[in-house]
Amino acid sequence: MAAPLALLLIVAVTIRAALFRTSLANLISERVEVVSPLNAWKRVVEGLALLDLDISPYSGDVFHETPMVIYLFHFLMDYAEITFMGAGVKFSSLHLVSQFRKQKFALEADRIPMDCLELIRSPTEMYYIPLKVAMFYLLNPFTIVSCVAKCTCGLNNAVIALFILSTMRGSALLSAIFLALATYQSIYPLTLCVPALLYLLQRLYIPVNVRRSSFWFYTLQYLFMFLGSLLVLICLSFFLLGSWDFLPAVYGFILSVPDLTPNIGLFWYFFAEMFDHFRLFFLCVFQINVFFYTLPLSIKLKEHPVFLIFMQIALIAIFKSYPTVGDLSLYMAFLPVWNHLYRFLRNIFLVSCVLLACSALFPVLWHLWIYAGSANSNFYYAITLLFSVAQILLVSDYFYAFLRREHHLTNGLYLKKKDGSEATLVLK
Amino acid sequence: MAARRCLGLWFFLITLCVVSTGADVLHTTPVTGTESSAAGTETVVARELPEAPSDPGEHTAAEPTREGEQNDRTRGGEQTLGQPTREEEQEQEKTREGEQTPAQPTREEEEEEEEQEQTRGEEEFTREEEEEELTREEEELTTEEEELTREEEEQTREEEELTTEEEELTTEEEELTREEEEQTREEEEEQQTTAQQEEQTKRWEATELEEEHVHDAAVPPLAGDPPAADPPSPPPSKDDFQEELVIRPLHSGDIYASFQFRTVWDADFMGDQKVSHYRLFPKSLGQVITKFSVRELHISFTQGYWRTMQWGQPYLPSPPGAELWVWFQDTVTDVDGTWKELTNVLSGIFCASLNFIDSTNTVQPSASFKPLGIGNVTDHSFLRYATLPREIVCTENLTPWKKLLPCGSKAGLSVLLKSEKLFHSTFHSQAVHVRPVCQDPQCRTTSMELRQTLNVVFDLHTSGQGKREWSLFKMFSRTLTEACPLASSSKVYVDVTDNPQGEQFELSPATPLLTQAVVLGDRRTYSVYDLTQQASFGSSRSLNMLLRWKAADGEMLRPLLHSERYVAGYGLQAGEIHTLIYNHHPYRAFPVLLLSAVPWYLRLYIHTLTVSSKGKDNRPSYIHYQPSKDRERPHLLEMLLQLPPNSVTEVTVEFERALLKWTEYTPDPNHGFYVGSSVISALVPSVVAMDTNSTLDRPLFSSFFPCKEEASYFMRVYTEPLLVNLPTPDFSMPYNVICLTCTVVAVGYGSLYNLLTRTFQVDEPSPGLAKRIANVIRRFRGVPLL
Repeated sequence: MAAPLALLLIVAVTIRAALFRTSLANLISERVEVVSPLNAWKRVVEGLALLDLDISPYSGDVFHETPMVIYLFHFLMDYAEITFMGAGVKFSSLHLVSQFRKQKFALEADRIPMDCLELIRSPTEMYYIPLKVAMFYLLNPFTIVSCVAKCTCGLNNAVIALFILSTMRGSALLSAIFLALATYQSIYPLTLCVPALLYLLQRLYIPVNVRRSSFWFYTLQYLFMFLGSLLVLICLSFFLLGSWDFLPAVYGFILSVPDLTPNIGLFWYFFAEMFDHFRLFFLCVFQINVFFYTLPLSIKLKEHPVFLIFMQIALIAIFKSYPTVGDLSLYMAFLPVWNHLYRFLRNIFLVSCVLLACSALFPVLWHLWIYAGSANSNFYYAITLLFSVAQILLVSDYFYAFLRREHHLTNGLYLKKKDGSEATLVLK
Repeated sequence: MAARRCLGLWFFLITLCVVSTGADVLHTTPVTGTESSAAGTETVVARELPEAPSDPGEHTAAEPTREGEQNDRTRGGEQTLGQPTREEEQEQEKTREGEQTPAQPTREEEEEEEEQEQTRGEEEFTREEEEEELTREEEELTTEEEELTREEEEQTREEEELTTEEEELTTEEEELTREEEEQTREEEEEQQTTAQQEEQTKRWEATELEEEHVHDAAVPPLAGDPPAADPPSPPPSKDDFQEELVIRPLHSGDIYASFQFRTVWDADFMGDQKVSHYRLFPKSLGQVITKFSVRELHISFTQGYWRTMQWGQPYLPSPPGAELWVWFQDTVTDVDGTWKELTNVLSGIFCASLNFIDSTNTVQPSASFKPLGIGNVTDHSFLRYATLPREIVCTENLTPWKKLLPCGSKAGLSVLLKSEKLFHSTFHSQAVHVRPVCQDPQCRTTSMELRQTLNVVFDLHTSGQGKREWSLFKMFSRTLTEACPLASSSKVYVDVTDNPQGEQFELSPATPLLTQAVVLGDRRTYSVYDLTQQASFGSSRSLNMLLRWKAADGEMLRPLLHSERYVAGYGLQAGEIHTLIYNHHPYRAFPVLLLSAVPWYLRLYIHTLTVSSKGKDNRPSYIHYQPSKDRERPHLLEMLLQLPPNSVTEVTVEFERALLKWTEYTPDPNHGFYVGSSVISALVPSVVAMDTNSTLDRPLFSSFFPCKEEASYFMRVYTEPLLVNLPTPDFSMPYNVICLTCTVVAVGYGSLYNLLTRTFQVDEPSPGLAKRIANVIRRFRGVPLL
């Protein structure tokens, strides 16, 4: 296990190091799919330059990172490449450990099934899952370009990975701290609070029951830790910077979407073409949409918080205001964990084809619009739409497969009709 | 207040001044004996005459040391200025009258000029001192700007500057005394006025009186003031109007005409007392200045770009489009609000789109724009600067501009300002500058100076039909017949520096007067036509100067400082702004201030800023950068750069083009977006000082140290505005985009909703309609169901 992992790490680092040295790095770091106004490395450098000129980086509209990031890079500037690689590697190794925990969780499913042994993953299969996850993350082209572009979403991903790891290990404090850190970086991971809480409750065998005081006690304790560390972080940035300017510049920027630079998400063209008097309304609708699924999903998946985490991360990556391929790679790294759902996926082939085609078409249509002038913005927009649809299909397909597997686990794999003929399952 | 009581009397006095013609106020030597038509051929070189320099507010800090001596001299001879000179000239004139024929310059004249050339060497020193004093408004502006820049850049020289300022004040005092003299003299000459002029003055007088009544009614007399009818009280706030036209033939064959109209009014706009009585000063502007507490106002409208390398330096530079910069008084609390209101009002006054000036194109330069008038204001929070590079200047801007002139377009030089010709030119620029200047030597009170300028370049091929021959009529389709009766001075200058022997071009009618001035660091010689002298108009009673080129192409002195700017890169995503600043001085480095205001939708990355000259990194010693805020304010970048001698300094900065909301684009989005000109303000070493050979024809004692008064001069250079394309959305399909995106969101929502709310069930297909009917029948029949 250690040997292949070391090999994987070496390969991943080599690829990144090689790409850093080529001229491709510059090209990649300008790609709108890879970097967004929120996390472009160029903007971090600009923020540092402004800091050097004794101008608050938030006085302009170029820099939108949190104060911690700018001070982090203030000291790590010379080692930026190493930092990004480190973040990537850290992610994988951390994920690796987290998967061991997941094994146990999956094994528990053994007790329930009746005749559907083939639905249960064998221990050997489970054994390789962490490696696969690491591979999926480290060798994912999306991760690689994101890392080569020095997109700071790599750091966010590492923080979220740490959060998942600490949650899996059951350390509530660390989990709350890392969650606060992730929330502080970009608001959306706030929704991960619920699955983490559910997981920790499950670990302690505290039933989710509104009448139970132990439930409330634990929930309040966790929320207190989370909000407390968030508050500490925000106050710390205030003291670092000496002003509250960063709040509108970071969170206001994320929520009100003033920068309409094209990206792979749904926001940019929609709000570029929006009528001014409807803008606020649709802004609210689109932002609420990201947070909206948390409650129903956590009710439906309250027994399966890990899957809930996956769903949440995926939905954030699709519906957030400035998505990049780095966000995509985070939830894609989870896919090997759900490889036992493969047999229930309905349109994985179609979706993967669409995703691949879109990834190839992004640069092509961008070139046609921006450089060649032979296409217009609609072309690029169409691809972003298609890409989003593909992601939505992927996520809902996995959700469907997961629900179906659960159904089969309780009701048996080969269902029969009353008259003995083979039954088909439908959603009703 | 006492002064205001006696306006009635003052008007009569003014009328007398206006009516009389021989008002030679300033520097050039008057050729009296206006009856003589032969006077036109006289060449009286001004420097040879004992007249002392006179123009008061004009020379300032530029001539620090030697000027001191000279001023002393001036003051000494001051009392005897008026009459003796005139007599002398008359004598001179008489002696020459017989010799020459009026029609054209003869050999004799040329010889005379040659003689003068020879004497020039000997009299170099004297001439330098005295001729400098004869410089006109152009120099004044230059030097005053210089003074101000010096304040920021060379603090060590501040002491010197103070002394020169004092000098300036003393000379202004001279002006006052001279004006009084003049008035008495002009009273005597009143008899000679023509009927037409009388008519005109009467008309002016009538309106003035009317205004005065209103004024009297409105403002109750203050305690201690003498009664309004008291006749012998001194004249109240004085105003003075001057007009001039400078014509510079350009080596490209084009011709450059620069009008300046200057109204100085000894009224205190800054004080508490309300100014409500207007005479020469335009009331519309005066009211705006009072209402918005404006200290200085500079506004220019320009069509076309000034080509420095072909045409040399303009007298008053201005960027293409509209430019407005205003210093507010420090009593203004809400500067932004006042600025907004002011731009809207000015927009109405000048019929221009100045109302499009808002926070997204307004900046507060920290160093580049210092007040040009008196007042040492350093707090740039009272300064606002904005340009509208897209503004198109046309007739509707010219008409309100002309209305501000006391004579309108009825008389004087302004009759030439006919829009059909003015706008048929390659470059057209009109400007209004209002600033406070000192009124008396101690600078206890201030005057308001209004300077209206109009610069125009006529193209050799479009306006001149390819013939290298220019006349007033050809340029303006008008000729000059009279001076503005309200003007105390009205002159036409023709730049003949490159034409000392008449080998480049031929100027007719030849002028009796020559003057020299150091303009933009170069010593220039001008032929002067004084329109207040009837002799200038000759027998045909109209002045139509004719300039006929003889040589094809002359050598032009390369401007020492010029610049270029362009956008590099391709595609609509990113780009680079390159600014090239050329220093053509062979051995001297000098500092320049570069200001560029870039709109927010070009996101500048300041960390990509590189400045290099001669292939080496040239770190700016001062950078003031204000990053932009989306839809709120533009980028402002100001730098102090040292330009090495004979070099090109390249300033590059990368930017990213933003995608805007579809309603934020102009109606022609694919035309591109304009980025206003960068402004380069510099203290440029003078061309005169650059001339190392000057030791030859100068007295040795004057030539060891570089002569300080001409060592450097202030210059402002505007670069080209940029036209940048931005990526555009498809403007035709907002509905489609809204529908499609909402559909995708609905797909996501719908599929999740489906999975969340439903559960898996075995599909028990419900029997079809036919089957159900069959079953009903079977039940009736008692047969087992299907």
